[in-house]
Amino acid sequence: MKNEALNQAARPCVFTRLSRVAPYIATAAITALGMMFLASVPAKAAGNVELKHAEWSFDAPFGTFDRSQLRRGYKVYKEVCAACHSMNLVNFRNLAQEGGPEFSEAQVKALAAEYEIEDGPDEYGDMFMRAREPKDPMPAPFANENAARASNGGAYPPDFSVIVKARSGGADYIYSLLTGYEEPPQGFPMSPGMNYNAYFGGHQIAMANPLFDEIVEYEDGTPMTVDQYARDVAAFLTWASEPKLEARHQMGFQVMVFLAVLAGLLYFAGRKLWADKH
Amino acid sequence: MSHEITYTPSNAFTRWLDERLPIMGLAHHMLEYPTPRNLNYWWTFGGILTFCLLTQIVTGIILVMHYTPHVDLAFNSVEHIMRDVNYGWLIRYVHANGASMFFLAVYIHMFRGLYYGSYKAPREVLWILGVIIYLLMMAAAFMGYVLPWGQMSFWGATVITNLFGAIPLVGDAIREWLWGGFAVGNPTLQRFFSLHYLIPFIILGVVVLHIWALHVPGNNNPLGISVKDEQDTVSFHPYMTVKDALGLTVFLLLFAYFVFYNPNVLGHADNYIEADPLQTPPHIVPEWYLLPFYAILRAITFDIGPIDSKLGGVIAMFGSIAILFVLPWLDTSKVRSARFRPLFRQFFFLFVVVCLGLGWAGGQSPDRTIFTSSEVIGTYESAGEADAAIAEAVSQTDATADMFKKHDVIEDGVYGVEVERVDYAFDVASLSLVLTILYFAYFLILLPLLGLIEKTKPLPESISKAVLAEKDA
Amino acid sequence: MAHIDTDEPTRRDFLYVATGAFAAVGGAAAIWPLIDQMNPDASALALASIEVDLSSIEVGQSITVQWRGKPVFVRRRTAAEVEEAKSVPVETLPDPIARNDNLSGDVPATDANRAAEGKEEWLVMVGICTHLGCVPKGQKVGDAKGDFGGWFCPCHGSHYDTAGRIRKGPAPQNLEVPVYSFLSDDRIKIG
Repeated sequence: MKNEALNQAARPCVFTRLSRVAPYIATAAITALGMMFLASVPAKAAGNVELKHAEWSFDAPFGTFDRSQLRRGYKVYKEVCAACHSMNLVNFRNLAQEGGPEFSEAQVKALAAEYEIEDGPDEYGDMFMRAREPKDPMPAPFANENAARASNGGAYPPDFSVIVKARSGGADYIYSLLTGYEEPPQGFPMSPGMNYNAYFGGHQIAMANPLFDEIVEYEDGTPMTVDQYARDVAAFLTWASEPKLEARHQMGFQVMVFLAVLAGLLYFAGRKLWADKH
Repeated sequence: MSHEITYTPSNAFTRWLDERLPIMGLAHHMLEYPTPRNLNYWWTFGGILTFCLLTQIVTGIILVMHYTPHVDLAFNSVEHIMRDVNYGWLIRYVHANGASMFFLAVYIHMFRGLYYGSYKAPREVLWILGVIIYLLMMAAAFMGYVLPWGQMSFWGATVITNLFGAIPLVGDAIREWLWGGFAVGNPTLQRFFSLHYLIPFIILGVVVLHIWALHVPGNNNPLGISVKDEQDTVSFHPYMTVKDALGLTVFLLLFAYFVFYNPNVLGHADNYIEADPLQTPPHIVPEWYLLPFYAILRAITFDIGPIDSKLGGVIAMFGSIAILFVLPWLDTSKVRSARFRPLFRQFFFLFVVVCLGLGWAGGQSPDRTIFTSSEVIGTYESAGEADAAIAEAVSQTDATADMFKKHDVIEDGVYGVEVERVDYAFDVASLSLVLTILYFAYFLILLPLLGLIEKTKPLPESISKAVLAEKDA
Repeated sequence: MAHIDTDEPTRRDFLYVATGAFAAVGGAAAIWPLIDQMNPDASALALASIEVDLSSIEVGQSITVQWRGKPVFVRRRTAAEVEEAKSVPVETLPDPIARNDNLSGDVPATDANRAAEGKEEWLVMVGICTHLGCVPKGQKVGDAKGDFGGWFCPCHGSHYDTAGRIRKGPAPQNLEVPVYSFLSDDRIKIG
C-alpha cells in the first residue's frame, strides 16, 4: 500500500515532465534555426550569386576524402595553379600523412625532389640549392608579394594553404569559380585585362580561365574535363585547408555516442534519485 | 536562510586539518547547501558556465604552449597548431567554439535571471558581480579574436580601438596608448595576448565572489518566493548535481556538434586570410555574441546637440551594458518571478525579440533595406545612360538625386543598369534605431512603470505547498 | 526515503555506480589529448637531416655541427688516437656496448664499431654527455681532454676516450653515434 502511494507520487517527477526539459528543446530549436540561417549565408559568394553545389565525399558527418580524387587534385594544382599560387603551409610530408592523398613515402620523396630549395648557410657562410625533401614546404612561384603582383598585372594570387576556409562557400566556391568563366553579357563594362566570371564578386577577375579540357593528363580513366578538374582541385584544396577533417569526423562520432549514452544514464539515475522527493 | 557550516570532522586528520584550514567544512557546505527543490533546467546554466570557464582556461593554457604572439608569426603558428601539434586541431576548435558556447550559456543564464527577477533584493550584489563577469568575458573574447591575426582580427581591433577615439579631448591619446603606435600593430597584438591570458583568471576570482554572494541569500527559484523551511529545499548534492550533470551533458552534445561537424560556422571566413593593414574586408562584423551591441553602436547616425554621431553611438553602446548595473533599482515590482506578473511576462518576451532583432541587425549591412516603397523607372544600357535618366527625372519632377538607386542587372546574357526611385525605405540602420530605443525603454520606462501599475497574481504560501499543489493538479 | 524493498536499492546503486563510472571513463579519455599535445609534433618528427662537408678537416681536427638541436662532433683522428682506442680491451670498459645507431643494439664497443665503417679515422658522435646532458670539452685545441685524451665533461667530471667511450666518472654510457652515411669521400649526411 505504502509503496504504491510512493510510486504514484513519483510520477510527476521533474525528470519525466516535458515542460521541465523545454529549455533544452527551446535552446536546440533556436540553435537549429540559427544554424539554418548561418548555413544559408555562405551559400552565396561576395557577388550575391547562388553558388553551384557539388556532392562532396567529405561533407557528411562520416565524410572522408576520396584518395584518388585528392591525388588528381594535387596533379591539377601542381601543373596548373602552382604557376601562380603558393601553398606555404603545406609540406611535401603532408601528402603522405593519414587522411590525405596518402602517397607512399617513396612517392613523396620523388615528388619533393622535383624541386629545389635554398638552404644554408653552409660552413663557408654561403647559401646553396638542394633538392627538396618531404619536410620542406611546397615551392612558391614568387619570392614575395611584390614579385607576385609585378608578374600578374598588379593582382596578388592568394596563397592556397587555407583558401577553402578563407572563402565563404568553401569547396563549392572554388568549384563554381573555376567553372564560372563565361563570355561577358552583351554591353557589360569590362575593364582591360580582366576576365568575366559569373561567381566572382563584381564579375571581373584578374585570373584568366586556367582550366581547359585535357590540359592535365589523368591516368586512371577519369574524364579530363574542366568540370572534373575543378571538382578534383577543390577537393584537394579542402584537404589542404583542413588536413585533420577525417580524424575530426571520426572522433566526433565517438564523442556524440558517448554523450548520448551518458545523458541517458544521467536521466534514469536522476529519475530514481528524485523519486524520493515527490 | 543563510546556511551555517555544520561540518564536524570525522577523524583525527580531518580534525587536525579543520582547525588549520576549514576547507573540508567549505566543501561540505557546498555539497550540502540547501537548494530550492523546484529549480528547473534553466538553473543548470550556472554549472555549465563554470565548466565553460574552466575549459577555456585549460585549452587556452595549452594553446599558449604552441602559439607565437608576433605579427609575422601569429597566423602561421595557429595553423601550425591545426596541422602539426598532436590534437592541436581539437584543442583550438574547442577553444574557439568554446567562446561561442560560453556566451550562449551566459545569455541563457542572464535571461533566466531577468525572467525570474533574480536581480532583485536581496540579490543585487550577486547580479552586479554577474554583469562584471559578462563585461570581462566580452573583453577577453574580443582580445582573443585578435590573436589569430586574420583579417577580422586586425580590422575588428582597429574598429573597436577607434571607438575610444570618439572620446572628446583625450580620444586620440587614448587610442595611441592602446595601440602602442600609430595603428594596430605588433605592440597591440602582444598586449592583447598578455591581457587575454590575464582576464580569465580575474573572471575566476569574480566567479568565486559571485558564488559567495549566491550562498548568502541562497538561490532564487521559479516561483520567486523565499525559502521558508527545510520542506522547501533539497541538498545540493546529489539532487542538483545530477540535474546539472544532465544539463551539462546535453549542452555538450551541442558543443560537440560545432567542434566536430561545423567548427568554422560561427566564425568568419575572412579570418583565415592573414591580416593585411592595407586592405579592409568588404563587410566587417564582430562575432555573433557581440552583434546586438554592434547594432546599437551603428544605430546612432545623427548628432545629438554637442554629441556627434560617433560619440553618440559609443555612449549608447556602453550605456546598454551600464544600464544592467542599475537594473535592480529600475524594477519597482516587489514580485520577482514573471510567473505572477502577466504583463511583465509579455513584455519580457518582446524584450527577447528586441535583443534577437538587434543581433540580426548587427550582422547586416546598415544600408540593407528591409521594406521599401519604390518604382523602377527604367533599365539602361550603361551607367552613363542611367545617370542621364536620373538627371532628367530630377529636372522634371520634385525628386532629388539621392532618391535614385542603380543596380547592375544581367538578363539573358545582356547587361543593363536598372534605375529605381526610392520614395521611402526602411533600412537596417533605421531598424537598429527603433530596436535600440525599445531596448532602453524596457529598462528606463517599462520596468519602473510596470511595478506600479501591474496587477500581479497571488503568490503561493511556500515552495513545498506550490509543488504539492502542482502535483495534485 | 523510508522505502523498504530488498532488490530496488541494489538496482539503484548499480545505476549510480554505472553512471559515475561511465562519466569517469569519458573524463579520463578527454584528458589524453591535453597530455599528448606536449609530445613532439609532426614538424619535429619529420626527421631532419644535414649534410656536412669534411674536406677542410685536417687530421687531428674536429668540428661541431648542429643536428636536430643537438651538437654533433665530427673528428678526424690521428693514427695514434686510433691505436690508443684499439688497444683497450672491450671487457674492461664501463660500457661495453657500442651505442652506434648504425649497428644493432648490442654489438661490443670496439673501436671499429664506434668509428665510421671502413674509414677508421672518422668519428661522428652526438656531443652530449650521457650523464646529464652537458656538452663535453675536447673539440677545441686548448680544451681539457680528460685523462684518456678524448673528451671531458666539466659538469660532473666524466672522461671519454679517443673513441668517445666513457672511461671514468658518472656517465653511464658511451657517447651516442647518430645515423649517418658517407655520400662521397669528403661528405656525410647525418640523420
